[in-house]
Parts: sequence; C-alpha cells; structure tokens
Amino acid sequence: MIFGRSERGKPPVEPVTLKILVAGGFGVGKTTLVGAVSEIRPLRTEELLTEAGRPVDDTSGVEGKHTTTVAMDFGRITLREDLVLYLFGTPGQERFWFMWDELSEGALGAVVLADTRRLEDSFAAVDYFERRSIPFLVGVNCFEGAPRYPVEDVRQALDLDDGVPLMMCDARDRESVKEALIGVVQHAMAYAADRRQTVTT
Amino acid sequence: MSADGQGRRHWFDDEAGPVVRPYAMTRGRTSSQGQHRLDLIAVVVTEPHADDPEADHMLAPEHVDIVELCRDAPQSVAELAAELDLPIGVVRVLVGDLVDAEFVHVNRPVPPAELPDESILRDVINGLRAL
Ligand SMILES: Nc1nc2c(ncn2[C@@H]2O[C@H](COP(=O)(O)OP(=O)(O)O)[C@@H](O)[C@H]2O)c(=O)[nH]1
Ligand SMILES: [Mg+2]
Repeated sequence: MIFGRSERGKPPVEPVTLKILVAGGFGVGKTTLVGAVSEIRPLRTEELLTEAGRPVDDTSGVEGKHTTTVAMDFGRITLREDLVLYLFGTPGQERFWFMWDELSEGALGAVVLADTRRLEDSFAAVDYFERRSIPFLVGVNCFEGAPRYPVEDVRQALDLDDGVPLMMCDARDRESVKEALIGVVQHAMAYAADRRQTVTT
Repeated sequence: MSADGQGRRHWFDDEAGPVVRPYAMTRGRTSSQGQHRLDLIAVVVTEPHADDPEADHMLAPEHVDIVELCRDAPQSVAELAAELDLPIGVVRVLVGDLVDAEFVHVNRPVPPAELPDESILRDVINGLRAL
C-alpha cells in the first residue's frame, strides 16, 4: 500500500475494504478491465484445489490428493486512505464456480462483461448473480469488428430483468471502466434501498 | 511429505513447486480452525508490540514476512497471497497462526448488506469519479 507508517509512529490506517467482481466468458476482457483502473498491475492469487474441484481447506495429507490450482486476477483502487475497493476477475471455467461462491460472499456487486459475437458465454454469469440476488450490471464490451446491436436486442438476448443496467463499454478505457463501476455501485444502492422498502412495508 | 517421492506426482510440478514447503509446514491443520474462513479482502494488521518476530523460533520465514509486510501498511489476504506467491489457503493458515500468537489482528470486511447507511457507497462513487 502506498500509505506508509508515519514518522511519529502513528498506527497505520486500517482501511474499510469492499469488492466488486468482474465476470464473463473467456477472452471477454476481464483482465483488461481490471488493469484499466487498478493502481497495481493485475495480481494473481492462487487457490489449491482437489481434483474434485473443491478448495483444499484441510491441509492434512494434501500431498496425497490430486491437486491443481486456479488463478484469479485482482486489482486495487485506493479511494481514500481509509477506503479501498478491490476488483476480482472470476475464473472463467464453470468447474471453478465454488470460487465464485467465495468471491461473491460480501461483494458489493458485479460487472458481467459480454461480447456480442458470443453472448451465450455470459449467460452463466447472469444466471449466477440473478439467483443469488447479487446486484450486477452488464457491460457490452465493444470489440472492433463485432456487430453493434441496439441495447434492447442485447437485453432481450440475455433475458435481463428490467432493473438490470446495461451499458456499452470499452474494457481498455479507464473512463469507460470507471463509469461501469460507478453504475454497479449506484445499482447496489438502489437495490439495497428497494430491499429496505420491502422489509418495512 | 515423504522423502522417497511417493505421492508427489501431482504435487511436485512446476506450478506447485513453491507451495510445498509451506504446505508441509501447515500440514495437519485446517485453515478455518473452527472460525469463519478469512475473506480475501480481510485486512491483516501487525500489532504494535510485534517488533521482533524473527526472535520467535516458532515462526517460519513466511510468518515473519507477513508480520513485516503488514506493519507499515495493512494488507488484504489476497494481496499477501500475491506478494508472497503462496496459495490463499496457505496464507489463511499462516495468518491464523499469527492471530493466535497475537502478532497480528484481522479486520473482517463489513458485508454491504450490513453497512449502517449509504454514506460509504456514496463515498465509493465520489472516489471513483475523482480518479
Ligand atoms: N477491441 C477491444 N479489445 C479488447 C477489449 N477488451 C479486451 N480486449 C482484448 O481482448 C483480449 C482478451 O482480453 P482479456 O482481458 O485477456 O480477457 P479475459 O479472458 O476476460 O480476462 C485481449 O487481447 C484484449 O486486449 C475491448 O473493449 N475492445
Ligand atoms: Mg483473464
């Protein structure tokens, strides 16, 4: 972190941390998006898995188990000295979905990236967040040479609920990614307000 | 880990290489130890009195690394894993040891649903705009 211990020995700031997930099919631009806004180069962390695709939680006898690793990228945005936002790119393959469960616990929301040439690659992510009532926004990553469709058509093809925001974006462009992230947080706020209403009325 | 190489087939490959020692070290313990799994964005903070972790012979070099890294600037579990090039599961175990030994404490993230009000989310939006 960029905030060092002060010379006077003041204790370091202990920031509040939040996370937003970035999901979508392989090659849709998740790593690019994280890199466009992160203050650190996208880092990779690894989780060790058993062959059955579960995380190795109990480390006893791990050497006898068939293991593999799954990597995910993440980035960091220090919004204030005491407020840090992390972005996590979800691992693409469906067999790593247990990682999504872990990542999505306590997540503020998610960006689902979609490529109009293969929208079906984003179905699984849309479905995942819908089922778990995690607020998400769909970002249609505009690749050169990809056909442009009216927003309504994309919404329909993805079978999005009316409340789910959808926007065109360019994962390489910092401003565009900022807009998408702001959109997620705004959506999460509206979502929380809605839920409070439902509880009180 | 047995010395004769039995059972290493899926373990001693290039990818898994660096994790062998720490896993050997953490072997026999679970990462949760009855408590909730540490979130990837849980923040590890070194206690002010933990000024000489190297003097503690119970600690492995990886433990000492964590204490030192989190002294100047508290770090998330994900950052520690990336920085130390260790799997998250290993970092969880190591951090758990350090919490038990009172070298560090951990701040668990507040789930968005439990935020007291919207002001933090507004701060996030303003912070993103100002980037
Ligand atoms: N034209 C264009 N190319 C992009 C965009 N986003 C990503 N790419 C490119 O698409 C490729 C795959 O992106 P990557 O971020 O690795 O995808 P991931 O598999 O989802 O992490 C890379 O070569 C990127 O440079 C975009 O918005 N527009
Ligand atoms: Mg990627």
